[in-house]
Amino acid sequence: MKIFLRFTLILIFYSLNILSLTAAEKSHELLKPGWSFKGFFGKFDRASLQRGYQVYTEVCAACHSMKYLSYRNLFETGGPEFSEDQVKIIASQFEVVDGPNSEGEMFTRPARLSDNFVSPYANDQAATAANGGAYPPDMSVLVKARTGGADYIYSVLMGYENPPAGISLDDGVYYNKYMPGNKIKMAKPLSAGAVEYIDGTEATEEQMSKDVVAFLSWAAEPHLEARHKIGFKAIVYLIILTILVYFSMKKIWSRIESKV
Amino acid sequence: MSEKKPKRRDFLFTASYAVGAVGIGAAVWPLIDQMNPDASVKALASTEVDISGVEVGQSITVLWRGKPVFIRRRTNEEIAKAKDVKLEDLPHPESDEDRAKNPEWLVMLGVCTHLGCVPLGDKGEYGGWFCPCHGSHYDTSGRIRKGPAPTNMEVPKYEFVNSNIIKIG
Amino acid sequence: MSDHEYTPKSKFGKWFNDRLPLLSLANHLTDYPTPKNLNYWWTFGGILTFCLITQIVTGLILAMHYIAHADMAFESVEHIMRNVNYGWLIRYVHANGASMFFLAVYIHIFRSLYYGSYKSPREIIWILGMIIYLLMMMAAFMGYVLPWGQMSFWGATVITNLFSAIPLVGESIVTWLWGGYSVDNPTLTRFFSLHYLIPFLILGLVVLHIWALHVPGNNNPIGIDLKKPSKDTVPFHPYIVIKDLFALLLFLIIFAFFVFFSPNILGHADNYIEANPLVTPAHIVPEWYLLPFYAILRSVPDKLLGVIAMFSAIFVLVILPWLDTSKVRSAVFRPLYKQFYWILFADVIILGYVGAMPAEGLYLLVARVATAYYFLHFLVILPILGSKEKTLDIPLSLTEPVLGGSPNEALVRNKKEI
Repeated sequence: MKIFLRFTLILIFYSLNILSLTAAEKSHELLKPGWSFKGFFGKFDRASLQRGYQVYTEVCAACHSMKYLSYRNLFETGGPEFSEDQVKIIASQFEVVDGPNSEGEMFTRPARLSDNFVSPYANDQAATAANGGAYPPDMSVLVKARTGGADYIYSVLMGYENPPAGISLDDGVYYNKYMPGNKIKMAKPLSAGAVEYIDGTEATEEQMSKDVVAFLSWAAEPHLEARHKIGFKAIVYLIILTILVYFSMKKIWSRIESKV
Repeated sequence: MSEKKPKRRDFLFTASYAVGAVGIGAAVWPLIDQMNPDASVKALASTEVDISGVEVGQSITVLWRGKPVFIRRRTNEEIAKAKDVKLEDLPHPESDEDRAKNPEWLVMLGVCTHLGCVPLGDKGEYGGWFCPCHGSHYDTSGRIRKGPAPTNMEVPKYEFVNSNIIKIG
Repeated sequence: MSDHEYTPKSKFGKWFNDRLPLLSLANHLTDYPTPKNLNYWWTFGGILTFCLITQIVTGLILAMHYIAHADMAFESVEHIMRNVNYGWLIRYVHANGASMFFLAVYIHIFRSLYYGSYKSPREIIWILGMIIYLLMMMAAFMGYVLPWGQMSFWGATVITNLFSAIPLVGESIVTWLWGGYSVDNPTLTRFFSLHYLIPFLILGLVVLHIWALHVPGNNNPIGIDLKKPSKDTVPFHPYIVIKDLFALLLFLIIFAFFVFFSPNILGHADNYIEANPLVTPAHIVPEWYLLPFYAILRSVPDKLLGVIAMFSAIFVLVILPWLDTSKVRSAVFRPLYKQFYWILFADVIILGYVGAMPAEGLYLLVARVATAYYFLHFLVILPILGSKEKTLDIPLSLTEPVLGGSPNEALVRNKKEI
């Protein structure tokens, strides 16, 4: 029994190790601001998500799409949880191409709750061309698509520095402490006061970075809260059943003299 | 001693079975629920239709939630015919006023309540619709009058956004 | 098939059973005499059955929502994760289920290696198991392609390119596999089709695997042949059923931890980037369960020989029953083999570790040594050990643990026949 457990733990540790090693290739230890959504009972901070959405629309959305999200997600449980009316107003500010109508023509209309987030560019090529040959990645699952996840994105946002002596950068290339290779084609997106928060929170660089990364983490994993909640119940349940079955097993095996 | 032991054993087994059954039920539910309409399907609740081009006596068919919706601009004759019928004569009694709030416009799901075919317009013994699949006759208010269909054609939730636009759903 | 005559009690039961002996089969399965000294390492057969069924059920469901098309596959996976009711749960169970399946199968295989379960008269069980393992790897590889992320695409490219090492016809075979001049939509759709088929082949082989097992009966930690039924055995139900269930529940706790609290830790971040034929990720790494073979492949500097080495690594396992010539099954009575067993275990872990690392410098050297040792173990050490090793005395039965010094009956019998 003991060996069994020890063996499993070793295997798990081993698999974790492999992954942490691939992560450790980065030149700098990532910043870890601490996230409310980590851990067994992790939940998103609604106010932070709402602020994060504001940062996204006012800053990031100029170049980065989030094509897998729809406006209705903004009021669904487990997310920023704006009210439905708020989201209707948010959506109506975007223009969506729809059609064809009965005359066979495409037309634009205000976005509805069921529409996906409107992308800033018509297609990937247009996005690449408009950004000096660097495609601004879609942000829907960005947090899951980067080793280091939320910590990594946060670190990159906070990692802009003047290049150390001896490193020369081309035009449109910036130095970033946490980016692999230290070169990034995105100009420093957030500086103090870049947005004016509706809720009056002071828009420091740290605050905005944290809020927008929280928002992106939710966007990448919109059912995280449900997952944690169900997961906790599932594991408690399994432990109870395991104990019951363990004693049932002892009872049954007590009929013969051998030990289990 | 020998009397007590089986009791405790029974309790243990019963508890294990009961807890196990609850768990299986809880685990099976997601496997069933995943076949229900998903969040993106549920969100496609409403559609807006421009009716400015529809003449009196014409009808248009639009798609809503994957089903045809008939929008008919009825003639006075049709309206009168629909209002004349006594409720007692109907297999599924509904007054025309309840079905068409603005009597000029009849909006209903173009789905036969028998087995889901789409009935044909301006056909049948009652001047309304006729379902070619199994011969159900509907009147000018879309009510079942003859044939195997059990109920009238369903009227969806709709509203006039303005005089030219109907919002269905 | 049944060890003793069985007659159903009810009239209908008898009528039915005379025409289709399902009840006899059920009776055989519940009464099946199982060694009572089986330890927890023997519970992984049941756990694996559970894993297979879980993968089939969740896979059927995912196939209801997934779209096998290069332009829509990635989006449809996001659709499952975001919109489908409990879609995230079902997909995470399926994705982590693959890892748990391999975890269990590796424990199952290493248990067999330790206790000599592959030896006479159980060679067919072992070979069927190896075929299942091969099919599992194929299913896992093709399944990993379906989300159409960067790792999917480049993993598919790299693995299919292995076949280009075949002289003369290699290039044609790769083009044939792809259905085009690169991994693209035709590749995706055929992989989906085969990914759907393979689990059912595995299911069929599992039936044969269990059937073949029920002929000689289970091996056991002592590795001796037991009289069945006897005082050394217990009926499968309820004794083994409840024990398997207990172990399964412990396994499920670990499984649940991954699904609910670290669902992406066993995957690779790059697979959340949609496939892009123009950009290769910095490190292409297969899923952890294929890493040892990947290390063997990379440790050989020649393309063709590397591929041959990788496939040979699996093939030596298939012929293992004839490579290990020792008459004694269980490592409990083989002091030398026991040590080599643990060295092999460490060797495979090391291979897995270097498989995840870039193939350069020290890692490459370690990979080469570990690869060489892997083959050395099976092709040299085991055959020699069979004749040279001095084994411990073996008890005659479980209930009479008298040390008689007799090797087990079946092997003695076999030897006489030769």
